[in-house]
This record gives sequence, C-alpha cells and structure tokens, in this order.
Amino acid sequence: MVKDIDISNINKDFESRVRLGIMSILMVNEWVNFNDMKQMLELSDGNLASHTMALENKHYLEVRKAFVGKKPETSYRATSEGKITFQKHIEALAALIGKG
Amino acid sequence: MNKYENDLTHIRQMMERSSTFISLSGLSGVGAGLVALVGCALTFYILAQHQIDYFDGKPNYYSYQVIIQLGIVAISTLLLAIGSGIYFTVKKSKKLGHPLWSAATKNTVKSAGIPLVTGGLFCIIITWHHLFYLVAPCMLIFYGLALVSASKYTQSDIYWLGLCQLVLGVLAAVFVGYGLVFWGIGFGILHIVYGIMMYHKYK
Repeated sequence: MVKDIDISNINKDFESRVRLGIMSILMVNEWVNFNDMKQMLELSDGNLASHTMALENKHYLEVRKAFVGKKPETSYRATSEGKITFQKHIEALAALIGKG
Repeated sequence: MNKYENDLTHIRQMMERSSTFISLSGLSGVGAGLVALVGCALTFYILAQHQIDYFDGKPNYYSYQVIIQLGIVAISTLLLAIGSGIYFTVKKSKKLGHPLWSAATKNTVKSAGIPLVTGGLFCIIITWHHLFYLVAPCMLIFYGLALVSASKYTQSDIYWLGLCQLVLGVLAAVFVGYGLVFWGIGFGILHIVYGIMMYHKYK
C-alpha cells in the first residue's frame, strides 16, 4: 500500500533525466558553473540552458552571472525551495520502490 | 516501478560523481611510493659514501656537500612523486571521461593543501632551527592530517591511509633516530600497498 502523500510528492517538474541530474548536482554542491555542469551531465549548451531556465522559472534554482577575468561565467545554485521540493521527490521515489 | 528505480540510481550517481573526486588513481599511490623508496635508498647511499652511520644514535654533523646532495635528492623525490601522482590521475580521469578540474577536485586540493602547505613551512622552519630529527615525524603527521581532511571529498579509503600515517608519525617522534625508516614505511610502503588495493578496488 502506498501512502497518498508519497504519490503527490512525485514531482512532474523533475520527470526529465536532465533536470534530475541538475538538481542532484545542486543538492550536494554550492555554486556550480555552466561548463562543469555541462561536462558532468554530458549535454549540449542549448539543452542545458533550456532545462536550467525551466528550473529557474519554477524558482528551484538561482542564477549568478559573473566575470572570471574577461569571460562571463554563469553559475547555478539550488534555492531552499528547490532543495525541499527535490528532497520530497527523492523520498517519494524511495517510498514507491520500497512498496513496489 | 522500473523508472523510479532508475531515477533514484541516477540521482545517487550524479550526487556522488559531482561531489567526490573519484579519478584519484591507485597507480598514483604506487608511483609515489616507489619514488619515495628510491629517495630513501639514495639517501642511505649518500650517507654511506661519506662514512656516516645513520643508526649510530649520535648526532651527526653533515658537511655542506652532504647537505646539498641530500637536498637535491629530497627535492627530486618530491617533484617526481607529485608528478607521477598527477600523471596517473589525469590519465584515469580522461579514461573515465570526467572533468578533471571540477568543484570536487578543487575541494580535495584545498582541504589537503592547507595542512600540507602549513606542514611544509613548519618542516622548513624546524630544519632552520637544526631540529632535523623532527622533520620525518612532522612530515608524516601533517601528511596524515591532510589525507584525513581530504577524505571527505574523495575516496573515503584515504581516511585510513591518513590514520596510518598519523600513527607512524607519532611513533617516529618517540623513536627519534629512526626517522628515515618511518618515513620510508609511510611514504614508500604504505603508498604502494594502498595504491595496489585501490587499483583493484576501483578498476
């Protein structure tokens, strides 16, 4: 038997593999820059940018643009709202598997 | 159900991959250990050539020539050990397809670097005060602390290597006069044993 609360915490926002990866990385790291993220997830620029934008619009992550020397660098960090929501998502997944 | 299971595995993998420096190669340990043993052997050879018995229990006064030769051995050992460490780790990181200079690598280097640089300076200072017999214990102790501190960000097995170095360092401080032997066990033999174990574990 699965508790109702577990299913409601399965979050459609994290359904895509890429978003799952982005949030996982941001759960255990503070600021992660665009290139590191891209390499770890093995993604193209455009693909990563569109997913981070979607997560930003949901207020799950915040974006910082800074200059490192003369190069602009974009970094991401999970908001506390994002961390809480994602944690609930993980717990819901674990609960579903436990009962499955 | 399968999708949920896959998702959880993916989450776990990405968390681990992004927060720990997993490219550290066992061969780096073997390389550094062999270099350390050669360094030790060369040191004994140089001392023997100048008719100095390291184990006679008396304070030895070394000539400038001996000090310069030993200094060259020490610096080459350090550079070669670091070089072999970096070489095998870069190679493994390329093979695994992981970014080498990631946040996890930076954290590992930073957490090991603070005790290492402090220890290095401290060893130079005690050499300057002519407390040569404390150099080997200090190197082992600061290195042990560096490994324990870095173990949060890389293979946790390094924690145990660090503890062993700490025990050796403390013993070396008690049994003054056998510093080079403890140094050889710590930086040479322990590195090789650890490296072989890690090579098989993470192959």
